[in-house]
Amino acid sequence: SEDDPLPPQQPSTNTVEEPLDLIRLSLDERIYVKMKNDRELRGRLHAYDQHLNMILGDVEETVTTVEIDEETYEELYKSTKRNIPMLFVRGDGVVLVAPPLRVG
Amino acid sequence: CFYSALFYSFFKSLVGKDVVVELKNDLSICGTLHSVDQYLNIKLTDISVTDPEKYPHMLSVKNCFIRGSVVRYVQLPADEVDTQLLQDAARKEAMQQKQ
Repeated sequence: SEDDPLPPQQPSTNTVEEPLDLIRLSLDERIYVKMKNDRELRGRLHAYDQHLNMILGDVEETVTTVEIDEETYEELYKSTKRNIPMLFVRGDGVVLVAPPLRVG
Repeated sequence: CFYSALFYSFFKSLVGKDVVVELKNDLSICGTLHSVDQYLNIKLTDISVTDPEKYPHMLSVKNCFIRGSVVRYVQLPADEVDTQLLQDAARKEAMQQKQ
């Protein structure tokens, strides 16, 4: 017949089918990563895998702690930031990945 | 089958470079990357603890093996990392994972 049968369906690079595809769209973009133990990262995504291991460039890490006043029970939130030029992040600490949060 | 093919290859390319491994117990170890395996277990040589006053019991240790699962971060020398190559490799790895 003159009609060629359709080739077997290949996953397309352009379609977003599963959650990991959303992360693929963020390659070379700045992202926000929420991690365990009240840590957050903001950096440029250079690589990731299915475990959510990642390599981020130009990273700012924020660690948030709460101090509670013994008498007033007031909660004092403190955050510590540091900058790291290039960072490998192990996936088992990752909780959430998103485009950078906008303030305002 | 490889546990983490992309990052296994990546770390292999960094053997001989100096890195800082931050563990989940907040210990940070600086050293030369000697070897890595598919589980991203790491062997470091010539190590130094970045906060020796806090962790003095490591002062006499020269080399160490770190179980991959206890790593939180590895700080890398930015100028030794080819970000374009990494991004292309990540795209390829993502495609292979889908098939």
